[in-house]
Amino acid sequence: MKKNTVFVQGNEACVLGALYAELDLFAGYPITPSTEIAELLSERLPQEGKYFMQMEDEIASICAIIGASLTGSKVMTATSGPGFSLMQEALGYAVMAEIPCVIVNVQRGGPSTGNPTHVSQGDVNQARWGTHGDHSIITMTASNHQDVFSVTVDAFNLAETYRTPVILLFDEVIGHMREKLILPEKDEIKLIKRLKTEVAEGVDFRPYLPRDDGRIPMADFGGVHRHNVTGLFHDMWGFPSNNPKIVDGLIHHLVDKINNNINTIAKVKEFHIDDARTIFISYGASARTARHVVENRRSRGERVGLLELITLWPFPSHIIREKCRKARFVIVVEMNFGQILKEVKACIDEPEKVFLANRVDGVLITVQDIRKILRIVQGKGI
Amino acid sequence: MRDKYRMVFSGSGGQGIITAAVIISEAAVLYENLNAVQTQSYGPAARGGSSRSDVIISKSEIFFPKVIQPNTLICLTQAAYNEFSGIVRPGGILITDSKYVSIEKKVDADQIEIPIYDTVKKEIGNPVVFNICLLGVIIKIKQIVKKESIIKVMEQRIPAGFLNMNIDAIELGMSMTSAIKNEI
Repeated sequence: MKKNTVFVQGNEACVLGALYAELDLFAGYPITPSTEIAELLSERLPQEGKYFMQMEDEIASICAIIGASLTGSKVMTATSGPGFSLMQEALGYAVMAEIPCVIVNVQRGGPSTGNPTHVSQGDVNQARWGTHGDHSIITMTASNHQDVFSVTVDAFNLAETYRTPVILLFDEVIGHMREKLILPEKDEIKLIKRLKTEVAEGVDFRPYLPRDDGRIPMADFGGVHRHNVTGLFHDMWGFPSNNPKIVDGLIHHLVDKINNNINTIAKVKEFHIDDARTIFISYGASARTARHVVENRRSRGERVGLLELITLWPFPSHIIREKCRKARFVIVVEMNFGQILKEVKACIDEPEKVFLANRVDGVLITVQDIRKILRIVQGKGI
Repeated sequence: MRDKYRMVFSGSGGQGIITAAVIISEAAVLYENLNAVQTQSYGPAARGGSSRSDVIISKSEIFFPKVIQPNTLICLTQAAYNEFSGIVRPGGILITDSKYVSIEKKVDADQIEIPIYDTVKKEIGNPVVFNICLLGVIIKIKQIVKKESIIKVMEQRIPAGFLNMNIDAIELGMSMTSAIKNEI
């Protein structure tokens, strides 16, 4: 055994990733199936002289992390669907005010309080469009604990790089399942530090003035620079403005800073894609089932492959279009009514070759479920 | 060991089946260089109804994490037996505790009835190590992991004062049965 091997739940892998990324403050309201994240951090953060705040609800939780982030801390909250719904207003505030933060949603069945202890992937579109108004957002997911750890670290890095909220969209199966995780050594994964302003005390500080590379340095709130933070459209001093030129510039900036960097942000894992006639597209727990089918069929010489999405938003359309060009069938495997299916159909040259293998009853989609769809798609009957 | 073991532990909340499932999986991963995935039922079912934990231990990478047809099925209550006995893989083994379960139907599996609870009560005196004794039975029947690996995990998880009682329970379990040779 490698000395840094652990056997943990997915929620704990997320906690270990957050601590590796130097999380300073967590504020949250525990909810199944994300509870272990709050539980473990309530123990670990104070041990390291950092902060755990048990809040009265999810609205307070996200507001607390937004405030703490402004003061220079790396922050995170964790919830599930019902709590994520409550967070949408403040999530939009963090988008508009460009405040780095990480929001974990370990998905359960919905809508409403739904199916707390069972798996779902029904919040994919909520992560994209849950808060109102045009915006862009980064959302990532994972199907195994090694990836849960690394995408959690990535989430903190992306939040700092692009000054944006980043959503980690896990699911009940991944959150609760236990499996092996090999902890990276310190410095093995590069950490992005907060870009702080070099403007000296007493000099006019413009909190929303980008550098040449597009990144916007921040000043710790409560520090030497007094500045305004608002959810209204604002000028480079952070003061409200409805000047069409400023509004137009800001909304384009908010969308473009993410969409224009999709090649850097978007991550997709490929398994046996090159000569695949049938390509599965999946993510999270569903991708484990899809991978099972793919490896099994490959061992018998069948030309099937899997594209596993790590980045859900911005949607990696360019990669999907390119990789699926030669495939005869594309089967999207997910536990909802086709939220990613619609994105795949929209970006692919021949949308009529795209099919859905799904399950929405709170049970992890099985190998048999996928096999059945595969037979129908291939014209073999059930 | 064989390439892949699929196990389902079933019983009721409080019997320690989830702890047993976690310990054997962790022993496989940390001390035998194997892969393991453990899942369990959550919510009301785990607090009084039939509780269940699935374990896959394998030399290769594990993708689908749940067990549909276990090679080894453990049922520690009548309700769990009634609900799950039909899922055992033909030719697999079904372990029940004779105090809690009376065998009612025939399944295509080796049915092994063992008085684990009563023996633990008699030999050790404290039923809290019932689940650890069960692990002793399992690793004797199927050499999935070594006793020493399980003890190493327990050294990390169990307060020092209780360790010897748990080691006794493992050994007691191993003494209660013999290995099955023709496993599928």
